[in-house]
Amino acid sequence: MLWPHKDLLCISQLTAAEILYVFQMARRFAEINTRPVKKVPTLKGKSVILFFVEPSTRTKTSFDIAGKRLSADTYSLAASSSSLRKGENLKDSALTLQAMHPDALVLRHHQSGAGEFLARRLSCSVINAGDGWHAHPTQALLDGFTLSEVWGDDMTGKTVLIVGDIAHSRVARSDVLLFTALGARVRICAPRTLLPAGVRQWPVEVFADLTEACKGVDAVICLRLQLERQKAGLLPDLREYARTYGLGAGHLNKANPGVLVMHPGPMNRGVEIDAALADAENSLILDQVSAGVATRMALLFLFLTRKDAPDQGDVRSDQTESRQPQSPLLQED
Amino acid sequence: MPGPDLIVRNVLWQDELVSLWIGQGVIQRLAPPDEPSSEGEQLHGGGALLLPGLIDAHVHLREPGFEYKEDIASGLEAAVRGGFSAVLAMANTSPVNDSAAVTSFMRDRAAAAHPLGPRLHPVGALTKGLAGLELAPLAELAEAGCVAFSNDGMPVANPDLFRRAMEYASDLGLVVIDHCEDPVLAEGASMNEGRFSGLLGLKGQPVVAESMQVARDILLAEYLDLPIHLAHISCRQSVELIRWAKVRGVRVSAETCPHYLLWTEEMVQGYNTLAKVNPPLRTDDDVLTLRQAVREGVIDILVTDHAPHADHEKEVPMDEAPNGISGLDTALSLSWKLVREGVLSPQDLCALWSARPGALFSLPVNRFQPGDPADFILFNPDLEWTVTPETLRSKGKNTPCLGQTLPGRVVAHGIAGKILFS
Ligand SMILES: [Zn+2]
Repeated sequence: MLWPHKDLLCISQLTAAEILYVFQMARRFAEINTRPVKKVPTLKGKSVILFFVEPSTRTKTSFDIAGKRLSADTYSLAASSSSLRKGENLKDSALTLQAMHPDALVLRHHQSGAGEFLARRLSCSVINAGDGWHAHPTQALLDGFTLSEVWGDDMTGKTVLIVGDIAHSRVARSDVLLFTALGARVRICAPRTLLPAGVRQWPVEVFADLTEACKGVDAVICLRLQLERQKAGLLPDLREYARTYGLGAGHLNKANPGVLVMHPGPMNRGVEIDAALADAENSLILDQVSAGVATRMALLFLFLTRKDAPDQGDVRSDQTESRQPQSPLLQED
Repeated sequence: MPGPDLIVRNVLWQDELVSLWIGQGVIQRLAPPDEPSSEGEQLHGGGALLLPGLIDAHVHLREPGFEYKEDIASGLEAAVRGGFSAVLAMANTSPVNDSAAVTSFMRDRAAAAHPLGPRLHPVGALTKGLAGLELAPLAELAEAGCVAFSNDGMPVANPDLFRRAMEYASDLGLVVIDHCEDPVLAEGASMNEGRFSGLLGLKGQPVVAESMQVARDILLAEYLDLPIHLAHISCRQSVELIRWAKVRGVRVSAETCPHYLLWTEEMVQGYNTLAKVNPPLRTDDDVLTLRQAVREGVIDILVTDHAPHADHEKEVPMDEAPNGISGLDTALSLSWKLVREGVLSPQDLCALWSARPGALFSLPVNRFQPGDPADFILFNPDLEWTVTPETLRSKGKNTPCLGQTLPGRVVAHGIAGKILFS
């Protein structure tokens, strides 16, 4: 497959075939991760900037490892330690980054739409590693890959339940798009205060009662609860949340046999999920972490080796394409 | 009667070709197009539509304090070209227009930059510094030339203070304009709360943030038997409350803007900060309701809520971008789109943009009757123009119209019988 996209901003830009192609590549790269020497020269000479304006150790490390295993040079711009920090005008950050001529930029940002904002201004690939409440496509791809390793690629007939703060979750939005694209049915369960506006128009079934929601499901994805939701008046207290929406063994009794449990991490054990369940046999939480590296290797490979990637040595691409926001490169998405 | 100083020949008034005779700054009469006269300067209208000079009862001219966004000279230049003979300028400048000194400064700047007009009528702050804590010196402001009071931009949450402001203003014979927004419900919102805010992951402003305050104001106006004017109404629920109030005889009037009659929240897709405005663009249902309300007079007047911003301020992620659309240059063309779509008639435009705002704020209005102020524009609805930063006279290029081709151009503008451009 010729990879047609310059940027990865949202799952909605990918077709089902493209999602499955990412899985297929991830499967190949996962093998590298089990070798004694976990490094191949595939992306030698390519540079990837990890620009994490909103801090995230986990996702950043995952991308860092993925890049290094493919021999790409990865550079971290931490939010706190550089001039490119929260508060700086994002346009100026974009111009600065452009001047460094990276091949890809991995962006984590606290504002929805930050990925699109940079993608329009940079000639390199922009990979959204989470923007505000909007999207976290690489998380959704790794979640999908993790389940496809168990279920296979065709998810028709499977039901996936997502529990927790849907309103403020970029993971939930991206997961809903991905799993419905692959043919699975998706349910979401949350108190009304944590449901996004317009959720009735989403292709999901909505539940307030976790026991009801768990009936007949094949996988449950628990979301991380941001503890400040309580202060914002969206929740009474964590104890009540844990009692009402924390996943426990009792809930899983209602699910289909072999139900799988997932969590994007980091977990608040005992809040979103019963501590023992997280470590149980049907928990895929650590598989998700491994799948994260493989998926991100696949994505870096696809975006950095796509046919029309700008060549650093090509004067034309430097002078024309990088300064033309309306270049064909950018019109694709 | 002395002869005309100016004759505007061959213009279309209510489907008839006429000539407009003007003397000493006022309308003398509408005459047959070729009636001869040995006196007066002649202006050939070429069959353009004759309309009264428009009144925009809600603009932000940014001076003093934010001249990089707009200043009184550039804002009034946009008004001239957009067809506006008078504008009401809101008080959220820096310093805030809560003293006679600021009011006089604004009027002096306008007179210096545009001695022939458009007329700038300042709107005084309702509370000191717009802080919503203490009444501003409304009598001093009225005396200095303010024609209304408003906390626009910083809605007054305290209902008791708002009541006292309405009472105090009524003694001065001036109306309070309320920016209807519950600041708690609206806090941190970047767009309408609904399907698209959910998809884009942006904090939305629910319609009830507006309509709850609309309800409060209506109930206060009824209880006090005082007038209230509701600014930039954007949603169905507010319209229904206003309709209900008018049936009950409450002295409520209301305005909306062309953008609420044409565009929906979908405009924000792709994190388009140019479509970020407060109140936010709403849904199809709200647009249809507002169109009907404007046609039926439930919404009394149109305003631009002209809110210019510098490019760099809008070139940021959605959450950080300031609210506002630059509106003076495009308002009449956007309104003409509604005429083309059969939503409004040219007569509606005259009422919505001139007669009714004039009546609401006690400003002279041109109805083309002898003695009326000779404020008029010639409008060619067949001329199309493409909106670019260069075609906008305002310093604010922040409009979702950029790149669009709009119908209609003002081809001449006269204020008090003096031609500003033709
Ligand atoms: Zn306002």
